[in-house]
Amino acid sequence: MSIWTTFHKWGSPRWFYQFSGRLLPWLGAMATLLLVGGAVWGLALVPPDYKQGNSFRIIYVHVPASAVAMGAYMVMAFAGAIHLIWRMKLAAMVMKAIAPIGASLTFLALVTGAVWGKPTWGTWWVWDARITSVLILFFLYLGVIALHQAFENREAAAKACAVLVIVGAVNIPIIYWSVEWWYSLHQPASIRFVGESTIHPTMLRPLMATMSGMYLFFAWAMLLFTRAEILDRERNTRWVQDLVIGGDKSAESTNVL
Amino acid sequence: MTLFSLAWAVLRRDLLAAARRGSEWSNPLVFFIMVCALFPLGIGPQPQRLAELAPGILWVVALLASLLASDTVFRSDYDDATLEQMLLSHQALYPQVIAKTLAHWLLSGLPLSLLSPLLGVLLHLPTTGMVALMLSLALGSAVLSFIGAIGAALTVGLRKGGLLLSLIILPLYIPVLIFGSSAVKQAVEGAPFLPQLAMLGVFFLVSLALAPLAIGGALRISVDQ
Repeated sequence: MSIWTTFHKWGSPRWFYQFSGRLLPWLGAMATLLLVGGAVWGLALVPPDYKQGNSFRIIYVHVPASAVAMGAYMVMAFAGAIHLIWRMKLAAMVMKAIAPIGASLTFLALVTGAVWGKPTWGTWWVWDARITSVLILFFLYLGVIALHQAFENREAAAKACAVLVIVGAVNIPIIYWSVEWWYSLHQPASIRFVGESTIHPTMLRPLMATMSGMYLFFAWAMLLFTRAEILDRERNTRWVQDLVIGGDKSAESTNVL
Repeated sequence: MTLFSLAWAVLRRDLLAAARRGSEWSNPLVFFIMVCALFPLGIGPQPQRLAELAPGILWVVALLASLLASDTVFRSDYDDATLEQMLLSHQALYPQVIAKTLAHWLLSGLPLSLLSPLLGVLLHLPTTGMVALMLSLALGSAVLSFIGAIGAALTVGLRKGGLLLSLIILPLYIPVLIFGSSAVKQAVEGAPFLPQLAMLGVFFLVSLALAPLAIGGALRISVDQ
């Protein structure tokens, strides 16, 4: 199969809908297993931290959420670039699907960080370089969502968002580095907490589990949102009408929406 | 038509249009003065406290003034379809976009930086910070103009673009704000502020090279819809 056939296939919403329908239960099951398993492991079986006690256990939600939130922006930018360069509609749908998921994960990272900060640092919020960067990432996601909602024309919305997302992706390293510089200049490094390299293996293994679980959850949610968008966009086509009315039994069995 | 004469023609036209309709360049200035005057009313008139906060206040307010002004970069050209003609013409878009952004900077950023020492005096900014304030605002506002023009190009086709423009553009302004206000603070403390200005210069060159591509693409999207 040549690369163009593959490309053409991936550009077909119908093929993607059926393909993702087969993938979805596996992703969902794996994500649930890893997230629940990792959470039980991390909350019940891992010994408490010698300094932070039990409060460190929020790491099993906080770190995966922040990592996936950052990765999600890059996936979104990649999808936006594919849409602009090759005019692939599916990429635009994936891009639109990622924005609310990424914003939610960023919000989760900020909230869990604040909850962790209160017992550990004695304050809900610190203007620390990493926290500030995540906050700015949250703003970037909100901007993309707001821009998408402002357009009535779907095509224009997708293209405009793709431009904004790419501009944001070019800016993210600059913003991150500026904030890092700002922090080191203006604030004494008074707060230290367990870095990733200094974490004990017994604590790290459940983290790896919830981290992979979060990535799988992201993939699962992204497919789900994309599938909803496909149905909405293609609602006038024959195959979607067949699917909804129930004429096509094989396709219906994959319809978990 | 060479690229330079093309850019010059666009620049000259925009400046002439603005000269005949004063509010476009005077409104951001009035906004700058008014909001700066609100701060002493809000936080109290003590000179030391104002002097300490002045670099940050002046930079944030100048940034907001530039943001409000950036909504107008393409607005009137879009309304009377000049923009459409610009995109349809055989001339390269890149120099035209640079010229329009430069015109916007000459009408918003440059006057802001020229006016800033006056507001610095009002907010008790030590005189050692004045040069850094003017230079950092002049250079930084050029970057703000380029970033703002991307947002303006994306939202020009929308009926209510104003607030949306600020939502999508403000996060991208952050690096400029960090280095701009830091340059003024350094100068107030008597430390060299050239490194910060150099960083603003880097941001300017990068945005000069890359932003017109994004602006051009965004304009095509806005006009096509």
